[in-house]
Amino acid sequence: MYTQAMDTAPKEERVAIRNADEVVAEQAFEAALDNEDFIEAKDWMPEHYRKTLVRQISQHAHSEIVGMLPEGNWITRAPTLKRKAILLAKVQDEAGHGLYLYAAGETLGTSRDQMLDALHTGKAKYSSIFNYPTLTWADVGVIGWLVDGAAIMNQIPLCRCSYAPYARAMVRICREESFHQRQGYDALLTMMHKGTEAQRAMVQDATNRWWWPSLMMFGPPDDQSPNTAQSMRWGIKRISNDELRQKFVNATVEQARILGVSLPDPDLKWNESRGSYDFGSIDWTEFWQVVGGDGPCNKERLAERVDAWNDGEWVREAALAHARKQAARAAGMQQAA
Amino acid sequence: MTASKTDIANAKAQAHEWPLWEVFVRPKAGLDHKHCGSLHAADPKMALQLAREVYTRRQEGISVWIVRSDQIVASDPADKAMLFDPMEDKVYRHPTFYELPPEVGHM
Repeated sequence: MYTQAMDTAPKEERVAIRNADEVVAEQAFEAALDNEDFIEAKDWMPEHYRKTLVRQISQHAHSEIVGMLPEGNWITRAPTLKRKAILLAKVQDEAGHGLYLYAAGETLGTSRDQMLDALHTGKAKYSSIFNYPTLTWADVGVIGWLVDGAAIMNQIPLCRCSYAPYARAMVRICREESFHQRQGYDALLTMMHKGTEAQRAMVQDATNRWWWPSLMMFGPPDDQSPNTAQSMRWGIKRISNDELRQKFVNATVEQARILGVSLPDPDLKWNESRGSYDFGSIDWTEFWQVVGGDGPCNKERLAERVDAWNDGEWVREAALAHARKQAARAAGMQQAA
Repeated sequence: MTASKTDIANAKAQAHEWPLWEVFVRPKAGLDHKHCGSLHAADPKMALQLAREVYTRRQEGISVWIVRSDQIVASDPADKAMLFDPMEDKVYRHPTFYELPPEVGHM
């Protein structure tokens, strides 16, 4: 998900190259990009590339971690043991995805604590989609179907990202992510086809609330995405925001029909000449408001995250103290022997 | 040389951070352990436990190796040409270098 980072960042100018060694190194770097070769952690890279990746990867990681909160809400209230086990596995996956990504970020020379600190102090962002509330059980299904569906579409191109540690993390993540979308759609199918009138209404209501925020996940329109050209050159981005968004709409309309829900857009209709669905205009004021910190749940999510971190501090310290004690004991025994 | 403000901040952060470990997983008997990622853990026992949770949630492996990241000795990418390019002109190390009469068959 969650490639919003580069779109919501201000346009950055390249820093001038300083010495001859760097010119040679830069040429090797550019040649690697031309050949679609990967850049590995210890290879030379321009500072701007490194900074962009740190921002992108850490914000992607934060999104996975904060993304656990809206769904975690429903683990204890899942309707059956089966759904509870599935949701638990899914939320655990999100934690794993966050960890793969933090590890990829650390290969760029930033520490885990620095990244977490940026999240906790509000300096780093995470995907704005997680600042919407999960009001009913149907929200959990719709998040799987639409939010994870949009995420997959966003993330698949990142498996070919030029920065190898990120690409490797994304391959693993994409492999695991498809279960997330399918379990959500499956939960919704059960409610729509075997449920009560009230359950069907609940699915429709959740769809109505999540549809537009899901479309916003692809980021601002191409003409308002200042860093796209640079990100494309670097292979951090492969397909433009608008193109991915259109692909998502085209794929989702048929899924909605099979499910038996309507999508909340009167302008949504097939356009024969484009071979695509036309859709209504997105409320970008809302998007920028949520990105800027003024969404329905921004404060709640961040506070919950910070509390979890602070509550865990004594555990982290105790684990370190235990490790030091064990190491000292082992050293003592060696000396005695 | 005095440490910059950032260095001090980094060192402070590092002191509280659990050490970094590299994780290697053997997918099944008969295959090599393969590097699959890294994680933070306070000690070896915890590193093994976390490796299981983070890297083998879907039966990806039957065995895990863990090693402290700071214990790994690695070649410098800047030495890549010096270390590995000399092998480029040693084609006689490959079986295809030798042209044998077809009657010999597979050798």
